[in-house]
Amino acid sequence: MIDKIFLNMTRTSALLILFIVAWIFVVLFNHSIEAMQTFGFDFITKDEWAPNLEKFGAYAAIFGSVASTFLAMLLAIPVAIGVAIFLSEIAHDKIKGFFGVSVELLAAIPSVIYGMWGLFFFVPILRDIFGGMGIGLLAAGIVLAIMILPFMAAVTRDAMNTTPDILKESAYALGGTQWDVIKDIIIPYAKAGIIGSLILALGRAIGETMAVTFVMGNVHHTPKTILDPTTSIPVTLANEFTEADSSLYFSSLFGLALTLLVMSFVVIAIAKFYFLRKVRKGQ
Amino acid sequence: MTATQKRIIINRIALGFSTLSAIIALAFLFWILGVLVMKGVDSLSWSIFMFEGSPPGYAESGLKHALVGQLILVGLATLIGVPLGIMAGTYLSEYGKNSKLAHTIRDISDIMMSAPSIVIGAFVYAVVVMPMGHFSAWAGAIALAIIMIPIILRTTDDMLQLVPGTLREAAFALGAPKYKVIMDVVYRGAKAGILTGVLLGIARVGGETAPLLFTSFNDNFFTTDLNEAMPSLTVTMFNYAISPYDDWQQLGWAAAFILSMFILGLNIVGRLILLAGKRK
Repeated sequence: MIDKIFLNMTRTSALLILFIVAWIFVVLFNHSIEAMQTFGFDFITKDEWAPNLEKFGAYAAIFGSVASTFLAMLLAIPVAIGVAIFLSEIAHDKIKGFFGVSVELLAAIPSVIYGMWGLFFFVPILRDIFGGMGIGLLAAGIVLAIMILPFMAAVTRDAMNTTPDILKESAYALGGTQWDVIKDIIIPYAKAGIIGSLILALGRAIGETMAVTFVMGNVHHTPKTILDPTTSIPVTLANEFTEADSSLYFSSLFGLALTLLVMSFVVIAIAKFYFLRKVRKGQ
Repeated sequence: MTATQKRIIINRIALGFSTLSAIIALAFLFWILGVLVMKGVDSLSWSIFMFEGSPPGYAESGLKHALVGQLILVGLATLIGVPLGIMAGTYLSEYGKNSKLAHTIRDISDIMMSAPSIVIGAFVYAVVVMPMGHFSAWAGAIALAIIMIPIILRTTDDMLQLVPGTLREAAFALGAPKYKVIMDVVYRGAKAGILTGVLLGIARVGGETAPLLFTSFNDNFFTTDLNEAMPSLTVTMFNYAISPYDDWQQLGWAAAFILSMFILGLNIVGRLILLAGKRK
């Protein structure tokens, strides 16, 4: 009797996850129908966002999300791989433990703090170097890169650590240098895991709100240069959600949220199911 | 130059680059930590804990409202999220095992772990705030709980699977019903792991700002009414930081410092518990 109740309680909790996820999609979809009906495909291809005229085109926000994430990945990937190699192959055991833990702890620092640092300490430097406001796509890309770096380095290191020692030792026995072992043994062996980890980090970066809200500018224009202020989907949501005053405005914001959710779901699913599953099967 | 010499030189260059990137990365991260600590310690004072928010320029302003609000929000989220997460994880590990349903739930929950938190905020706005007609602490706590459940589920599932099957069989052989085996044997064996998962889950949602922006919203005054907008450290930090007032910005840094110490502390305690459990 109690056995049955216990089973049912745990099963209901587990099914609740599926239910919530489905519910999120349904709710976001329902609320964005009005915008979709009004604008159709123009919603994602036009960049005119004028609440006073009831015109909502999300292209600038979508472009800003993609561009800032791309920029962040461009900057973070080489450094993260370098850090991962350092942590898994180069560093002395004692340093490894200390740096390894500090990298993981840094990944836990709230992203809003990266945003504050960006606004008060990094944007002025950019302003001095490039002129202009300092706030914009470049600042967002760099702050995002720094924010995602600890997570990316930690998961990439974990992927590299799956390489069996025996493979590495055989390569050393043949006279390989450390770099030979890294380039010809570890990276080929852990390739799927490394790519999966990098994409997973990308999935996190694309939905990141607080690190970029401070430094992006929230201007609905597709930027002409990397220094121009622009916006992204999460930045628009964070700035405008509580200000929306018409149902079409709301509906457009829900449309943005749905777009973002679909984008990140696809990215994360590719990382998990295509690359990281390969790793699990390989083991 | 022989081929060997060439390889050795390339090796040095490559390792040098890797070490350099590690140094660059750590320099940036320690810069941020340094700023956080300097600014935070600078702005800390007893008045922060004694006074609630006030208009800029007032000496008697503090973060009492945000600290208490943060504790209430995270506490409520924990009360909702932890039992659900642990029960769901229990189902996956003890009943679902390798069934298709269990794998589907694991996969979806894993994806949810990295889903954009601001979208969760928008969802909760639609299903809680809109029907209620106003922002509330409940809405904020529900948003945080939704983010927390996948984390707890995952660690519970993993930790319960580490408990040896022979222990379960021994308990079954004594005639214990399944729920008793799970409660008294499996949970006991995985206690440290589950606790770590809970602490890490709390640490994760404690630093979330985006899902609170339009669920619990913010308030500059002390409140314990769960049906009203509730201030939180993160949203207060955000609002104060983008304000043009020096004293508000100072309070923002103090909030950032307190919150980071709290989250780092939870992370460290979680790791220590796991380490102590492993040593046994």
